[in-house]
Amino acid sequence: MKKYDNRKYYISAIILFFILTIIFKLINLQIFDESLKISAENNSQRRITEYPARGLIYDRNGNLMVYNEAAYDLMLIPKKMQEFDTLSLCRDLNIDISDFYTRLEKCISYSRFRPSVFYKQITAQQYSVLQEHLFKYPGFFVQNRTLRKYTSSIAAHILGDIGEIDKETLEKNPYYTGGDYIGKSGVEKYYENELRGKKGVKIFLVDVHNNIQGSYMNGKYDTVAIPGKDLYLTIDSTLQAYGERLMKNKVGSIVAIDPNNGEILALVSSPTYDPQLLVGRNRGNNYDSLLNARSKPLINRAISSTYPPGSIFKMAQALVGLQEGVLNPNTYYPCDVSLVGCHGHPPAQGVARAIQYSCNPYFYMVFRSLVQRRIEKSIFKDSRIGLQMWKDKITGLGFDKAFDIGLPGVNKGLIPGPDYYDRKYGKYRWAFSTIYSLGIGQGEVLVSPLQMANFCAIIANRGYYYNPHIVKQIGTDSVDRKNYMKIFTPFDRKHFEVIIEGMDYAVNEDYGTGRNAIISGMRVCGKTGTAQNPHGKDHSVFIAFAPKDEPRIAIAVYVENAGFGGVWAAPIARLMIEKYLLDSIIDSDLEKRIIETIIDAKQ
Amino acid sequence: MRNSSIFKRLDWISILIYLLLVLIGWANIYSAVYDESHSSIIDLSQKYGKQLIWIGAALLLAFVILIIDSKFYSSFAYVLYAIGILLLIAVLIFGVEINASKSWFQFGTFRMQPVEFTKITVCLALAQAMSSRFFSLNDTNSIIKIGIILFLPIFLIFIQNDTGSALVFFAFIFVLYREGISKELFFTGFVLIVLFLLAMLTNLEILLLVVLIASVVIYIISNIRAIQAQIMLYLFLLYSSLSLIFYFYSDIFTDKLLLLIIINITLNLLTMLILYFTSRLKIILLYFVILFGVSGFVLSVDYIFNKILQPHQQNRITEFLGITDDPLGIGYNVNQSKIAIGSGGLTGKGFLQGTQTKYNFVPEQSTDFIFCTIGEEWGLLGSLSVIFLYTFLILRIIFRSEKQRSSFSRIYGYGAASILFFHVAVNIGMTIGLTPVVGIPLPFLSYGGSSLWAFTILLFIFIKLDSDRTENLR
Repeated sequence: MKKYDNRKYYISAIILFFILTIIFKLINLQIFDESLKISAENNSQRRITEYPARGLIYDRNGNLMVYNEAAYDLMLIPKKMQEFDTLSLCRDLNIDISDFYTRLEKCISYSRFRPSVFYKQITAQQYSVLQEHLFKYPGFFVQNRTLRKYTSSIAAHILGDIGEIDKETLEKNPYYTGGDYIGKSGVEKYYENELRGKKGVKIFLVDVHNNIQGSYMNGKYDTVAIPGKDLYLTIDSTLQAYGERLMKNKVGSIVAIDPNNGEILALVSSPTYDPQLLVGRNRGNNYDSLLNARSKPLINRAISSTYPPGSIFKMAQALVGLQEGVLNPNTYYPCDVSLVGCHGHPPAQGVARAIQYSCNPYFYMVFRSLVQRRIEKSIFKDSRIGLQMWKDKITGLGFDKAFDIGLPGVNKGLIPGPDYYDRKYGKYRWAFSTIYSLGIGQGEVLVSPLQMANFCAIIANRGYYYNPHIVKQIGTDSVDRKNYMKIFTPFDRKHFEVIIEGMDYAVNEDYGTGRNAIISGMRVCGKTGTAQNPHGKDHSVFIAFAPKDEPRIAIAVYVENAGFGGVWAAPIARLMIEKYLLDSIIDSDLEKRIIETIIDAKQ
Repeated sequence: MRNSSIFKRLDWISILIYLLLVLIGWANIYSAVYDESHSSIIDLSQKYGKQLIWIGAALLLAFVILIIDSKFYSSFAYVLYAIGILLLIAVLIFGVEINASKSWFQFGTFRMQPVEFTKITVCLALAQAMSSRFFSLNDTNSIIKIGIILFLPIFLIFIQNDTGSALVFFAFIFVLYREGISKELFFTGFVLIVLFLLAMLTNLEILLLVVLIASVVIYIISNIRAIQAQIMLYLFLLYSSLSLIFYFYSDIFTDKLLLLIIINITLNLLTMLILYFTSRLKIILLYFVILFGVSGFVLSVDYIFNKILQPHQQNRITEFLGITDDPLGIGYNVNQSKIAIGSGGLTGKGFLQGTQTKYNFVPEQSTDFIFCTIGEEWGLLGSLSVIFLYTFLILRIIFRSEKQRSSFSRIYGYGAASILFFHVAVNIGMTIGLTPVVGIPLPFLSYGGSSLWAFTILLFIFIKLDSDRTENLR
């Protein structure tokens, strides 16, 4: 049969063709098709994630502020779901069938192969019922979680909250899986990595009936959950609670810093809220209503809001003037109200008195001599140069700088420089006369209460400060050394003595603007401010430190729409200082009056 | 020389491949049923323990076959065939029903499937009939004789409800083609068998395959030479590679079907255009008719099956075709099998490390789906090695068959190669979702005495015939 000899080639070709098709398909299956690998893992391995306990949070004195409480989430891997009694599950969870399907779709839309949260935070009773039925619901399992609990309702802005991770963060950070809880604000967010610890995972092999057959590779790939580290805040919870009480029904902030180490003793932002509101099943609703509230309670005003500082800025002007040599401690300027408005006071003989009386024309003149250096003939060019020199100096006092204090959302404020005004008015189209209100802390300048308190600490220390911070210690680790290193400002110590003299007069001598902060038996140095508010009543400001010679507290109080600084901010500062340094309140009537007063913030 | 030891004349390479495959099979059966509580290799309560016995017996059988005179097989071909048919009838009466097909004898705990042996006897009878001096494919009597030899067992096996095994006999079409059946008849039959198998699977691979097959058919039939042939070949290769590339990366495109159709039409128009300027009208017409006829056939089978038939009718058809009833939903088995193989990746998870096959995700993991274990534990490298061994063995049998001086030996060799090929292609195909799930074992690898013995006999008869090729002259 010679004539059919070549047919062996055709037959071989056909066989090879089929073999090649099989090979192509195998390459596709084994190399390219990723979905098969994912489903294989879910198919035969059950990964049981062990969630570590989140770190606890203590105040500076070791008082517990935040702890954990067990909670249970019902998880679902949609791919593993098989037919089951849906009504029974609905009954166990007390949901209706349409709710069931909405939840199911949400899980499926996240992933068919990966677990997602089907029902959050099951109550203890529900859990006990569900646990018995769980074997009937293939694909479902319960994941233990921890919920945050608070020992008191204070410090919501500092502590922050935790919530379910959002999709965006999830995609960026492979550590997390859907439904995981993550810090959303406050130290919970800033110290997320330290607080969360490290998840552990136990891998079990399961057979087709989802029965555990044993541990995978003898536990070679299992990891132990490492608990989160505890945080020790610098906050004094007693002082914090007192501050929040004083600020009740007022809008504003109190920031108290220990000038000896930069530790923030109290960081009050009012209005505040009970942190417990953002825990548990009602978190979503509560969050929405807090977010939409007119008074914006979610904003941490102490670090995120910036205001015109008002008269407290005069001390900064004086420091720059003294350092630049355009001013000496005895310089006299008459109180010329034709330059800028003022209030009646004796003539300011020297810088200290000018601070005591908070004389506006005096600091108008100081700022003018700083801006108009007569280096250039053109006042426009001259002002540009002068303002730049001024800005370079004044930012040394911590203005226009976002401190890394251990909280998210720190606002750096604004010290306008030549570039700023060039943008606003055009180059060489502005001069001192355009910007003179900076001299008395009005106009474009913006400072956060935190910066005000830190500025006060700089004065208290006569020229240096420590990076203000909110966390003293993380777990058993030693303190962050960089927070305890002196940062020197470009001002001579002797200039601060002049300023402090003025602040001493302002509180303790007649005609002082801050006499409401006087504490018998203690030398408090302070300065009032009244920040003009084009939208409503002026803001009331006061910064102070005490005692004068060995300062232990530097404080800034900012009360929105409260009018003259000496009236509201100064007594609040006084009460805070008494609380911290004396641990008792001398004038309980004053305390009562402050707490009961409602100052309605008008936008 | 003629009396030099038979062992010197044996094709040791084929025997080596056989032993390798049997060993691979045993290792994977061991792995598939491996359980830490039964870790002894010789544990007769376990499948791998029993398989060791089957292997021992198979080697003994192989030895017996090699010492029997090679003339025995041709002389007793019809007798053996008759015994095979009798066994098929007997199993219908005395057999037990397993997996809905009544194709097993049971003696105590020992089970035997006569159909495995019938494949050998049919192969022998076919070789005997076709090597007859009076045989001609143009002779009606000869054709009838072949028809009876082939269709009698097919009929009996269909009645047993063991469709998968019955389909194996269609593989003999390769033998018929080699022995001179007209190429038009061969390719029509061949394409119909392939389509019959594939039409039940309703995914895009079929569509792709159909068109590829059609292209080969056209290429071979059209008989065009020289430059036209080369153009056709290049177009075919271009088409295949493009389709495969687009198929693998088609996630980018939302509509795979649309894409395939667009590629299909574009390339076909191009081909026809070239043919129009270079060739005869007849070929263009033929090309057109076959291509669209084939696509139409598949699509209409698919359409009728899915859209017109009622579910219970569909079930009846899938049952008839022997597509295994799956307990956990449509396509569960194939899905699990694909997951297992897919999870193997390039290098696999390693011996005994497979998780999919070990924990009973894949059904029939030591018998029909043994390839899953290979794919999962040895990865692409392992599965390609096994496929390479099979391909090498099959092609070796074909090319050694051509060297035979006796037609009987040649035809038998082709028959053996066809059966092996059909089993390998369909079995591996079903584990990766290319062919329907018909319960046929993977030669030498699958667990089970009857299939191992049957394939051993099938192969060693050829090895014996081959060793005596200088003696057998007829």
